[in-house]
Amino acid sequence: MKITYPHMGNLYIVIRALLESLGLELVLPPPTSRRTVELGVRHAPEFACFPFKLNLGNFIEAYELGADTILMAGGVGPCRFGYYAQVQREILEDLGYHMDMVVLEPPDTSWRELRDKIRYLIGRKSWWEVIKAIRFAWFKARAVDVVEEQVLYLRPRVQQTLELEKLYREALKKIDEAPDKKSLDRVVDHYLALMKGLPQKPGPFLRVGLVGEFFTVLEPFANYDIERRLGSLGVEVNRSIYLSAWINEHLFRGLLRVKGLEHTKELAAPYLKSFVGGHGRETVGSTVDYALQGYDGVIHVAPFTCMPEIVAHSILPAVSKDYGIPTLTLYLDEHSGEAGIVTRLEAFVDLMAARRERKLKGEAGKWIFT
Amino acid sequence: MTRVGIPRALLFYYYYPMWKAFFTEIGVEIVVSPPTNKRILEEGLKAALDEACLPVKLYFGHVLALVGKVDYLFVPRIISAEQKAYICPKFMGLPDMLRARLRDLPPIIDIPLDLRRPENTLDDFLKEVGHVFTRDRYLIKRAIEAAHRADQRFQELLVKGYLVPEVIEDLQGSGSSRKGVAQNWRPLKIGLLGHPYNIYDPFISMDLIGKLHRMAADVITGDNLPSAVIDEQTRFLPKRLFWSLSRKLVGAALKFFESENLDGVIYLTSFACGPESLVSELVTRWAKKNSSLPFMLLTVDEHTGEAGMVTRLEAFIEMIRWRKRNEDHLSAYGKLVHRY
Ligand code: SF4
Repeated sequence: MKITYPHMGNLYIVIRALLESLGLELVLPPPTSRRTVELGVRHAPEFACFPFKLNLGNFIEAYELGADTILMAGGVGPCRFGYYAQVQREILEDLGYHMDMVVLEPPDTSWRELRDKIRYLIGRKSWWEVIKAIRFAWFKARAVDVVEEQVLYLRPRVQQTLELEKLYREALKKIDEAPDKKSLDRVVDHYLALMKGLPQKPGPFLRVGLVGEFFTVLEPFANYDIERRLGSLGVEVNRSIYLSAWINEHLFRGLLRVKGLEHTKELAAPYLKSFVGGHGRETVGSTVDYALQGYDGVIHVAPFTCMPEIVAHSILPAVSKDYGIPTLTLYLDEHSGEAGIVTRLEAFVDLMAARRERKLKGEAGKWIFT
Repeated sequence: MTRVGIPRALLFYYYYPMWKAFFTEIGVEIVVSPPTNKRILEEGLKAALDEACLPVKLYFGHVLALVGKVDYLFVPRIISAEQKAYICPKFMGLPDMLRARLRDLPPIIDIPLDLRRPENTLDDFLKEVGHVFTRDRYLIKRAIEAAHRADQRFQELLVKGYLVPEVIEDLQGSGSSRKGVAQNWRPLKIGLLGHPYNIYDPFISMDLIGKLHRMAADVITGDNLPSAVIDEQTRFLPKRLFWSLSRKLVGAALKFFESENLDGVIYLTSFACGPESLVSELVTRWAKKNSSLPFMLLTVDEHTGEAGMVTRLEAFIEMIRWRKRNEDHLSAYGKLVHRY
């Protein structure tokens, strides 16, 4: 059994830790590239969401490398993500690529279902070994998050930005290679110290919150590397969702106590009284959260045609108006032009800067949304 | 008398008979927005988000057509209309989207309908709606009974072959179009797939049903199939479809594909619809693989021109006629050989 999985940001590090500690063979899809997009777009339905297309491209590329089993997450609606696997399998079958799909999701009928799926993957391994593997994978997810958070903070600040990116890449590589928890902690401490040691510019810096659909937030290829672009425009980005929070929410059903998006539900309530699937309600709530924390603006990213985020986007102008916080929504897919995105980001940064200046001078902030 | 506005859009096409009976019994006047027209569309396009789907944009237009004419707007938050299923995220946030984008709306009745769990019932929902207008529990009880009777009658007529708009027109008392028997006499028979608010709204569908009728084709939709048939057909899907409208559509499609007295299947879908982007892909693939019936997918949006659609429709029907004339020379209609 050669297992592959769809890319989502740095998730590969976590998956590798999980599968390899269980002695399973992993075939990582090549990093998502133009070719991945082309393959996905060619074979996916035209109006499927962008993550669907990228996943499909990953599967095809992994198949070419010999993968025969796909491991992915699922769901039970109402977001389309919950039905990806079934449609993707149909497409792969029609292409003549026979691959098994193991979809980890809340079971429909009984927990037996989920247990059987895991059994199928792990063979004769004991549950204790599974738990150990999950724990280790979880530590890796946390390690990635801690480093990323630091990078987001430092990007606008450091003078040698290239050096920072280099350290970031190295840190990821070392985290990926770390064989146990102890060396993992050492790697994290080591790189955090190196990064913090880089000479910094004096502030203040604009602060922006990044909200939206989780795949688009977590996958730089899907969001056109928005965090790095904002960093180089001198903006500190705070991300509303991290890998570990996503894993906790989707795979552990919120059992672990890490900061997630639970609190945003209440914040969203005056504007959106129901969950709407995906992260729609969290998007609205996180925007309120950022406004309350005095951020300069919120950037909202989503794949084109994403239903929960369309509901959220419909509502954001009301939040923006009540709290006087500027928001920018970007729908991203294979048709988005890089130049257009850059222009819109630059304009938004200017707007935030002007607003901050006005605020410092004591004028009431005007609300603006796009 | 208190007037309650009901937009003629989205699930109006399923719930109108029930709602009408309920509100009438309660003693409330209901006002339905006029059939979709250009103005309603334009107002909707202006008010709703660009990225929203056409049916949601139209809903905005219909709401605006009611503003100023009613005391309440009835926009229940439809989270789920059956166990373990949703309709679409946009239905779940509909009242909130309206409030965030439209000014000076009358009070919205946005009581949630959530039947995902068996302990939540339609009756509880109706009770809550009734409480907005009266404290008379006996009256509410009568209204609930009336609602059930009306819905049952509606379902019976559908299974007999009447089309949703025919029944609704009758209820609105605009002529007695209904004859003793349902349509069943035209030489061709077409299975029509699509969300109710697309296929039954003559403006969105560009009167597809009327056009088919004039081309001498009877139309049957998924709504004309008893729900047991839908359940039966969708039982073997590799995964339960958690969108109610899609589940019905897939059930109907599979039934149509194995039907011996249909001449073709048309699937009408609207641009940028989330669930349909995946479901239409599955249905189209199955149509090719598992059915020998002629199949056509029509996608509409606010820019679709009528001329193009008419051309495609005519070509499709012409092909079916040709096929029918030459039927003897073709292999027998294929049965569904492979099912998921
Ligand atoms: S099901 Fe499709 S058409 Fe209907 S509201 Fe949702 S996205 Fe729009």
